[in-house]
Amino acid sequence: MSKKITRRAFAASSAAAAAVAGFGFKPALAQAYPSRPVTVIVPWGAGGGTDATARIVAALLEKDLGQPFNVVNRTGGSGVVGHSAIATAQPDGYTIGMLTVEISMMHWQGLTELAPKSYTPLALMNEDPPGIQVSSTSPYKTVKELADAIKAAPAGKFKASGTGQGGIWHLALVGWMQAMGLAPNHVAWVPSNGAAPAMQDLAAGGLDLTTCSVPEARAIIEAGKARSLAVMATARNPAFPDVPTLKEAMGIDYSTGAWRGIAGPKGLPAEVATKLTASLKKVYDSKEFKDFMSNRGFGTVWGDAAQFAAFMEKGDAQMGVAMKAAGLSKA
Amino acid sequence: MLNTLTQAFALITTWEVIIAIFAASVYGLVIGSLPGLSATMATALLVPVTFYLSPIAAIATIVAASTMAIFAGDIPGALLRIPGTPASAAYADEAYAMTRKGEAELALGAGVWFSAVGGIAGTLSLMILAPPLAEIALSFSTFEYFWLAFLGLMCATLVARSSPVKAIASMFIGLLVACIGIENPGGVPRFTFGMTNLFGGIEPIPALVGVFAVAQVMRAMLTPEPPPIPRRRFGSILAGQWKLTKKYNWQMTRGNIVGIIIGVLPGAGADMAAWVSYAMSKRFSKEPEKFGTGHVEGLVEAGASNNASIASGWVPSLLFGIPGDTIAAIAIGVLYMKGLNPGPTLFTEKASSMYAIYLMFIIANIIMIPLGIIMIRLASHVLRAPRATVMPVIMLCCAVGSFAIGNNIFGVVIVATFGVIGYVMEENGYPVAAMVLGIVMGTMIEQSFVTSLIKSDGSVLPFFERPIAAILAAMAIGALIWPVLVWVWRKLKRSPVPATSAR
Repeated sequence: MSKKITRRAFAASSAAAAAVAGFGFKPALAQAYPSRPVTVIVPWGAGGGTDATARIVAALLEKDLGQPFNVVNRTGGSGVVGHSAIATAQPDGYTIGMLTVEISMMHWQGLTELAPKSYTPLALMNEDPPGIQVSSTSPYKTVKELADAIKAAPAGKFKASGTGQGGIWHLALVGWMQAMGLAPNHVAWVPSNGAAPAMQDLAAGGLDLTTCSVPEARAIIEAGKARSLAVMATARNPAFPDVPTLKEAMGIDYSTGAWRGIAGPKGLPAEVATKLTASLKKVYDSKEFKDFMSNRGFGTVWGDAAQFAAFMEKGDAQMGVAMKAAGLSKA
Repeated sequence: MLNTLTQAFALITTWEVIIAIFAASVYGLVIGSLPGLSATMATALLVPVTFYLSPIAAIATIVAASTMAIFAGDIPGALLRIPGTPASAAYADEAYAMTRKGEAELALGAGVWFSAVGGIAGTLSLMILAPPLAEIALSFSTFEYFWLAFLGLMCATLVARSSPVKAIASMFIGLLVACIGIENPGGVPRFTFGMTNLFGGIEPIPALVGVFAVAQVMRAMLTPEPPPIPRRRFGSILAGQWKLTKKYNWQMTRGNIVGIIIGVLPGAGADMAAWVSYAMSKRFSKEPEKFGTGHVEGLVEAGASNNASIASGWVPSLLFGIPGDTIAAIAIGVLYMKGLNPGPTLFTEKASSMYAIYLMFIIANIIMIPLGIIMIRLASHVLRAPRATVMPVIMLCCAVGSFAIGNNIFGVVIVATFGVIGYVMEENGYPVAAMVLGIVMGTMIEQSFVTSLIKSDGSVLPFFERPIAAILAAMAIGALIWPVLVWVWRKLKRSPVPATSAR
């Protein structure tokens, strides 16, 4: 009896195997996703903050879904190459990637056709608001004092930095100026090659303020070479509880930030997207993710697929306004 | 302090760390010595591995692999005239000339010995002088960086063996290449021709691989095989190094000091240290006419300098989280990932981890000597291998290496393009090393010049007002007009001696 069943089972399974071999991926689709390794594209280089975030997310997804999630750094073109690789991948769920705030900025500059609508959003994982830092030798102790001095000074007297021309921290400055009713270029922007060189120049006495995020400024602040006066956020960063928000410090309700989220190419099957978003929620709630992010001082923000889409749409419009005001938009 | 040191010892004497150091050293040596694969690539490919290691083991792999890979870049430079890093590009011609003279073991021995000495000197500076060195780093604003980059560019003419005019022309081509992309002060695309891939600009490493490695393969295809180097046993590698140490003691010390100072300045790093030291060595040598003909003096100074700068480059990385170069940027990422956040608290709260990092630097530099010797012996077989076998392998390495760094096929296109450019330039007597220097320095000189002018509202006075800027400006302008003064002086005295030092 048992022998017979075994033989029958064997016959059935060989038929199934033949079917798999003969009809290609159709039975494979019927299998539960994911049935093979998934590639996670990161548009920025190994060792950076985006890379680190993607790697911790990938490792936790792997633990939850039981298939390897391989992080691949597709660099080049100031992030355009990697973002484009995510958008143009086969929408089967086996290639996803990490989007960064640049996707809502680059298309306004006419650098790419890619925009938030080119993707299937899965989850928003992180947002880091800009801070306002001054050198420790600066006379301004609060953001109110600094703002008053900026308002009283002629346009272009104060110099700020934090990233390149038209980068996220530049637009944060523009947004803050507009919120105070000043011209977008009232404080002159000194382009820098990232937050670290800007913080160095701040400490060297070459700048009046920087608008990079507080975690990026952390090491220099802890070295006693700079102070953070405020964050352009809706709430304080738990890692830096002494730094007030703009609203608390001077009653200006302006917030923005550099964010990171997971998305797939447009047209991802609904069941795959739902499964990934559910798994990403587990990742987001896990202790490992929270510990990792708080250790680096990175802010955590959750947004499911629909919330992430709405978040990107709102951010995209806000960026468009700021970039047009700053004369950076070609659209 | 003693207590911390004991704890540090305990941290690194675990099997995981020991295996990590050893495996990463071998990996770094192999990757670094393969033409076309770079130290930056070696470090970038380690990041996924470090994710699964304990914090100390993770840092150990990065420290060991990068230290080894930078030295190992000298090996293909000496044997095949294909430098592994922009740092070894400064003296690759010299080392290759020594190999042609049958002194490969002396050239490579000097590479490993003085690299180790420089590395240890740099580590000691990191241990003892980190706070004052950090003050130097933080006193450099864009005005000072401009003069520094300016001095770096002037080395192109000092180092070149060809006519200074051709060296300057090459350097300007390099500066033009550095203009490509949107990562410039204006944030506007330049020379991208609508190609997304060009937005990020041309990195020095693919250009270096192209102009040296690919161009070398092209030359090999078009020229008859050179007369074989006399077949003989490769002599002792360390013999004679102690003699060199005594003979060139001052050059070595000067190389170490220059390397340490340039190393702590973020953005300058090992590449510039090697160029400046090689140029200084030639400028102040008693026998400058021997440079370029296979003379070891410059190798001693530049080799000591570039490894010293790697260790001291960790000062701004560890204290302020400001990376000195691409490798340091990756290392900082690993430090953060492992909860060893850069900053002064790392030196106080996690002092034992800090000392463990120092110890790993010293260990890596010490084991570099035996492992390096084994690697040199293995690599020396390439001199006897038929060219028809070696060249396709080099080509393959170039393609793999340029793809691996960004998983982007465009990297391979860049390397191929620069291979053609490098070939044409060399055939017409234009030194390609000067072009690489132009690419390395181009971004820095433009960025520092434009941002300085924005900060000073268009006034050039601050370039001369700030004390350190004034000193650097005096050095740069002095070095510029010195040859002219010498020439005028000789004319006046009607001296028959030709102005050899005018280069």
